[in-house]
Amino acid sequence: MTDPTTRPGVGKPRTGDSPAGTSAEDPAGQPGDGPAGHRERSIGRLGDRKRARLDELARATADPGGVSLYRDALRRLRRNPVAIVGAVIVGLFVLVAIFAPLIAPHDPVQRFDELTRDLTVDSIPGATAGHPFGSDPLGRDFFSRMIHGSRQTLFVGVLATLIGLTLGVLLGAVAGAFGGWVDVVLMRLTDVMLALPSLLLAITLVAMASRSSQWTVIFAVAIVSVPIFARLLRGSMLAQRESDHVLAARALGVKERNIVLRHMLPNSLTAVIVQATLTFAVAILDAAALSFLGLGDPDINRAEWGLMLGVDGQRYFEVRPELAYYPALAIIVVALGFTLLGEAMREAIDPKNRR
Amino acid sequence: MSLLDVRDLSVVFQRRGERPFTAVDQVSFTVEPGQTVGLVGESGCGKSVTSLAIMGLLPKRGNRVTGEVLFEGTDLLGLRPDDLRDRRGRDIGMIFQDPLSSLNPVIPIGVQVAEVLERHRGMARRKALREARELLDAVGIPDPDRRLTEFPHQISGGMRQRALIAIALACKPRLLIADEPTTALDVTIQAQILTLLKQLVDETGTALIMITHDLGVVAGLCDTVNVLYGGRVVERAARHELFARPRHPYTHGLLSSVPRLDSPRGERLHAIRGSVADNIPWVEGCAFAPRCDNVVDACLDGPPPLEPTASGGDLRCNNPVSEEVAVP
Repeated sequence: MTDPTTRPGVGKPRTGDSPAGTSAEDPAGQPGDGPAGHRERSIGRLGDRKRARLDELARATADPGGVSLYRDALRRLRRNPVAIVGAVIVGLFVLVAIFAPLIAPHDPVQRFDELTRDLTVDSIPGATAGHPFGSDPLGRDFFSRMIHGSRQTLFVGVLATLIGLTLGVLLGAVAGAFGGWVDVVLMRLTDVMLALPSLLLAITLVAMASRSSQWTVIFAVAIVSVPIFARLLRGSMLAQRESDHVLAARALGVKERNIVLRHMLPNSLTAVIVQATLTFAVAILDAAALSFLGLGDPDINRAEWGLMLGVDGQRYFEVRPELAYYPALAIIVVALGFTLLGEAMREAIDPKNRR
Repeated sequence: MSLLDVRDLSVVFQRRGERPFTAVDQVSFTVEPGQTVGLVGESGCGKSVTSLAIMGLLPKRGNRVTGEVLFEGTDLLGLRPDDLRDRRGRDIGMIFQDPLSSLNPVIPIGVQVAEVLERHRGMARRKALREARELLDAVGIPDPDRRLTEFPHQISGGMRQRALIAIALACKPRLLIADEPTTALDVTIQAQILTLLKQLVDETGTALIMITHDLGVVAGLCDTVNVLYGGRVVERAARHELFARPRHPYTHGLLSSVPRLDSPRGERLHAIRGSVADNIPWVEGCAFAPRCDNVVDACLDGPPPLEPTASGGDLRCNNPVSEEVAVP
């Protein structure tokens, strides 16, 4: 880190710095090349031109002022190729999802005569003019359905992660802030949830709902991620509780509420933010898995990658394996993108990597 | 009335399944307004615990604090938590050992200074930030305008400690407790920080409790010195008295252990035998006895009492170092 105290001309005399006008820029100021009298003469004063140059150099090396933890992490993130790959995948995916109606050539639920004409149990039309991925088993444009599927995936991923994050942070913060029996009760609750395999828990939750819809999927995937967020936040809150700056804040008479909200919570959130990215990948996979198992949205018109893979891809795998390949590939790539980004964020935000 | 009157302060750590440990044992001392008092001793002798107990910052669970801490006549130990919180930072400021970890890493320096002013002096943020700028300037932080927006990791260790001092002094407390304020800094910065503390204490009339293991710090700063061993005060004396004629063998040993530039070549540095862990409980005798060169039978008959000395201090020793034996 450039230490601004060492800038010439800025340090106060009180700090013991010698005055800025030294012989560093004076070519005649060779050390030790003459008797003491010579030294006296060669130091001289700093000329106006040299002083201007000195100030200019000092300005150039000065750091640009307040760089927060997060901006610092962002800067390191931009230099990490893994992060860039992840960010590009995620960025493309989000763009496709947002602009799906503009990108997709056709309506994803419309059945086309030219596709249904050739449709039998043993043959599903492949790529034709205007339909680059061919048909799905109902004569709809497969490419458009893939494009629109990204929206559903993004929707489920974002909502599930947000709900899981909110509930988890709430639980973790309460447990970490209050401690004692509140902490014990909440953490045993998360232990129970963590004891069940996440997908199994999600399946159970969906099965418990009387009627399956995309909301049951979102909710199930969200609930599964809650204990992870809660434990993570509680752990770092407890570490913060013991930290020097919290003790220092107490010594300044800061109220307990502010200690939690301004000192413990903001310093504990970094791990949770990273986890959110990773949870996003898991949420996409879990949602796809639920759809694949037939526990997802029963609406057959909705384009959803997990559903396309599970129903069409599985049933017609021998007829047209692309029906399975494309959704599977899309799920894998997007999940990979979020995982890469999450891992890179974990690295970037780790205080050990800070300069 | 003394500014701070600590009477028989004891702190006992009680962990479940472990024997209770007395970290601070009937410590008494006073601080007069504007005075600088040193608490000196090795690690583990109870210095920091004493300061935390005065501030009421020890966790309630697992600790028993007894005695009285009279601040301007009010017993801090008996205050309601809210009242005590109002006094912390306003009447009593505190500076900690490690300036980096004592600052909140996600809040800019200026805001951290401003928050104390908002909390205790009811200032609005804008006004508090202006005041914070003045404070940073007063503690010798160069370019205070820019520092206001910078984060703790962006400034140097010396500047961080200056910022902490600015925060501690923001509300002009009548007492400042400095817990090893220079231990985490390198030597040149240490000198600057001590000079700054001395200057600020002189200017504002704030009383200072200086907690340190560094006798050099004591020599330059403190009016009176309390030497702690095993949680008890073993010697108390005015600064010059202590350095010129240390009476307790422990104090004597500490002073002899300071390396000197003018010692003869090849002479080995004096060291006190053993470590702080080689204690005996005070109820059995003098806790320092196992390490003491002057130990006599009486030392194991029970704790020696803290008795006034002729020179106005106090001493807890059966066989003190005679006045003729000067520090080598």
